[in-house]
Amino acid sequence: MIRPRHWVGAAFVDKGILMSQPAIELKGISKAFGSVQANKDISIRVMPGTIHGIIGENGAGKSTLMSILYGFYKADAGEIFISGQKTAIPDSQAAIFAGIGMVFQHFKLVENFTVLENIVLGAESGAFLAPSLRKARAELAELATEYELNVDPDAVIEEIGVGMQQRVEILKALYRRANILILDEPTGVLTPTEADQLFRILGRLREEGKTIILITHKLREIMDITDTVSVMRRGEMTATVKTSQTSPENLAELMVGRKVLLRVDKVPAQPKQQVLEITGLNVVDDAGVARLNDVSLSLRAGEILGIAGVAGNGQSELLEVLGGYQSATGSVKVNGATLDLTGANSDGQSRRANGIAHVPEDRQREGLIMDFMAWENAVFGYHRDLAHQANRFFMDNAAIKAETAAKMQRFDVRPPNPNLTAQNFSGGNQQKIVLAREIERNPDLLLIGQPTRGVDIGAIEFIHQQIVALRDQGKAILLVSVELDEILSLSDRVAVMFDGQIMGERDPAKTNEKELGLLMAGVTGEAST
Amino acid sequence: MGVMPKWADVVLVPLISLFIAALLSALLILAIGESPVAALKLMIEGTLLRSSGWGYMLYYTTNFIFTGLAVSVAFHAALFNIGGEGQAMMGGLGVALVCLFIPWPHWSFAIIGASLGAAVFGMIWAGLPAYLQAKRGSHIVITTIMFNFIAAGVLNFFLVGALKPKGSMDPATANFPATTHLPTFEDMASLMGFEKMFRAAPANVSFFLALVACVLVWVLIWRTPLGYEIRAMGKSEPAARYAGIGSVKTIMVAMMISGALSGMMAINTTQGESERLILNFTEGAGFIGIAVALMGRSHPLGVLLAALLFGFLYQGGAELALWTKIPRELIVVIQALVILFTGALTLMVRGPLERLFLSLRREG
Repeated sequence: MIRPRHWVGAAFVDKGILMSQPAIELKGISKAFGSVQANKDISIRVMPGTIHGIIGENGAGKSTLMSILYGFYKADAGEIFISGQKTAIPDSQAAIFAGIGMVFQHFKLVENFTVLENIVLGAESGAFLAPSLRKARAELAELATEYELNVDPDAVIEEIGVGMQQRVEILKALYRRANILILDEPTGVLTPTEADQLFRILGRLREEGKTIILITHKLREIMDITDTVSVMRRGEMTATVKTSQTSPENLAELMVGRKVLLRVDKVPAQPKQQVLEITGLNVVDDAGVARLNDVSLSLRAGEILGIAGVAGNGQSELLEVLGGYQSATGSVKVNGATLDLTGANSDGQSRRANGIAHVPEDRQREGLIMDFMAWENAVFGYHRDLAHQANRFFMDNAAIKAETAAKMQRFDVRPPNPNLTAQNFSGGNQQKIVLAREIERNPDLLLIGQPTRGVDIGAIEFIHQQIVALRDQGKAILLVSVELDEILSLSDRVAVMFDGQIMGERDPAKTNEKELGLLMAGVTGEAST
Repeated sequence: MGVMPKWADVVLVPLISLFIAALLSALLILAIGESPVAALKLMIEGTLLRSSGWGYMLYYTTNFIFTGLAVSVAFHAALFNIGGEGQAMMGGLGVALVCLFIPWPHWSFAIIGASLGAAVFGMIWAGLPAYLQAKRGSHIVITTIMFNFIAAGVLNFFLVGALKPKGSMDPATANFPATTHLPTFEDMASLMGFEKMFRAAPANVSFFLALVACVLVWVLIWRTPLGYEIRAMGKSEPAARYAGIGSVKTIMVAMMISGALSGMMAINTTQGESERLILNFTEGAGFIGIAVALMGRSHPLGVLLAALLFGFLYQGGAELALWTKIPRELIVVIQALVILFTGALTLMVRGPLERLFLSLRREG
């Protein structure tokens, strides 16, 4: 069905004319924040009715570019053309008027409003609510039929699932007559099945002539769904290619500037004695909700146990209990010694004394003190250790600095300057500082949460190698990650968590994303356990 | 951050802020018909060019060093200790009890005892709000302000009742025995052969105690594991929990050290100057300590410099009030302008300065 209404500014234009012009063209867009050049002379054309991917590492400038397109920032230089017409976008209202809709990584929904109320918010058609809602309800029904985007208009946001919430975000854009949809890291919070459903919707939108820009760091998604892809690196557009003419390896190389190994080379595991034994672990939060429900796990020396699952299903609580700052009931034994699980305030010191090291999920919030210098962060958690003291009263700052400089060399932290504050390092280098600190303690059990979140591809390679090397030295590693690729590539065994429970365990060599995806969504079949 | 070289950040910004404050003060003085240049001249003559001027200035400075250090230590733990006044008052109580009821052979022993007394009483007075914050989340700003009032009441109670000598009408304790009297700068100068210096000025040996406190605080905060934990918790409580740093323990220890430092201010005022415990001896030093800590960016060296500045303003202000038509209130306004520009409005100076350095860097 061809919708005859396509807006360009205030004029109705026949769809036929639009097809020959790029839906979006950016010429020479530059934007600096202080001394940081976030976007440098970016030029790009996106044809209508296509899905265009934008890929790049953290800090490459993708979000800044999209924020300029959506009116949040004003470019220092350059021009924006929508369907061939030069357009100024001083704020998001202008962007919406130009037909641009944006679906953010973190949804902009009011939790206690209904779907209908959220869609209408800001686009009401008058002073009274009821007529607006009526009109919206009718439109919504039309949109749902046309794009197969089925939602219950009267459902309350906080009660519907994440996949559904994302559909509401897309509908919000479509309700505002968006022809161009920008999606920023849309699959971060979705299970594989939900991601597939999203891509089907995007395909449908493409058929209807919509233009879609997909910002992601996931190479496989780019390959699966996009027609063209642009690669950004350090604020510049390094290449725009047809997806059919490239490969993940090629894209990775364009992103980093050198060849990158995407799969981890590892020998089969040789697990030895039991290191970790968890039985019947239960965690109840302040609101009385069970975050961990009768969790039992075991882990041996020389193996990597990967915990897969969408964020928020109890993995964080599991790590916090083992790390010593979340109280729990049940039994946890490390190397035979029973751990005290009542420490809600912090028992981190005794955990570390028991040979447990922890690379936390949120390195900026927990793993590092951003204002501390690298050398101060290098002993964070181990600052009371006698090895770092000059005498009974003072810390040996000089020795710590020297040791940190050496660690930074070993772990290829750039720049290898112990006196820079953690703030000044990129995400990947910050993570390396934390890893170096935890790994060099020679722990018996290493807990790692989201090791490569926000980390550039070059550093991901290095970090994966370090984890496998540690395993080969005979250490036990508990790996929590929302990236299934990472779990499958690194783990010797995979356990899936959903709603605070272990849904099942699998051998990574014998399972696949689909099977794990079902477990991640809480679907148990005869085949599980 | 990181745009300006360190020296610009630490020296230039406060200096420019000070200059702007001085400029505005000059305008104010002009507005009431006095000459700002003459006023400045008078302040400098009365404070810096006479030894007794220094004697008064350093007396105030000693107070501000102690209270400034106290607020600084708490700031490192991200706690706003507004209770300096109350903690100092209780410190005074401690000093009085130690000096009146223990027979000291010599002031060098008495000062140790008084320091302990002042510190312990100050610690307890800060420890109670700290416990409430740590265990129950009662906001420390509210509790410490309330404890200021309670302390005033407690002091009143003792000075009108138990500690007042019989037959006296004055709400104050008896004079401390002579063996507890601290040598003033005047005494020390005479010993060294310099007669007629620091005449009648109240600055005394506790100034050196304050300097020692500066060094000890620096060592504590930046060289000890405890200081490390205090700073870590002040920067990020979630990170501190991850690292196994107990938040209850750290909050309490930081506040108690802070309270001890405030309490020790009383050695200067009560044992050093008035040689008995009187009402209201703190005279707002607890609050000036906040300004000093902010201006000194919570670093002992900065606190020392800021305390010197405020000592100068206090004594210079007294001179102005004495010799010119400039009212005392204007002095308070000038002090307020200094606090405003160096504390609250640093961004006003920092912003343009950063842009200046950035453009210089681009061209270079």
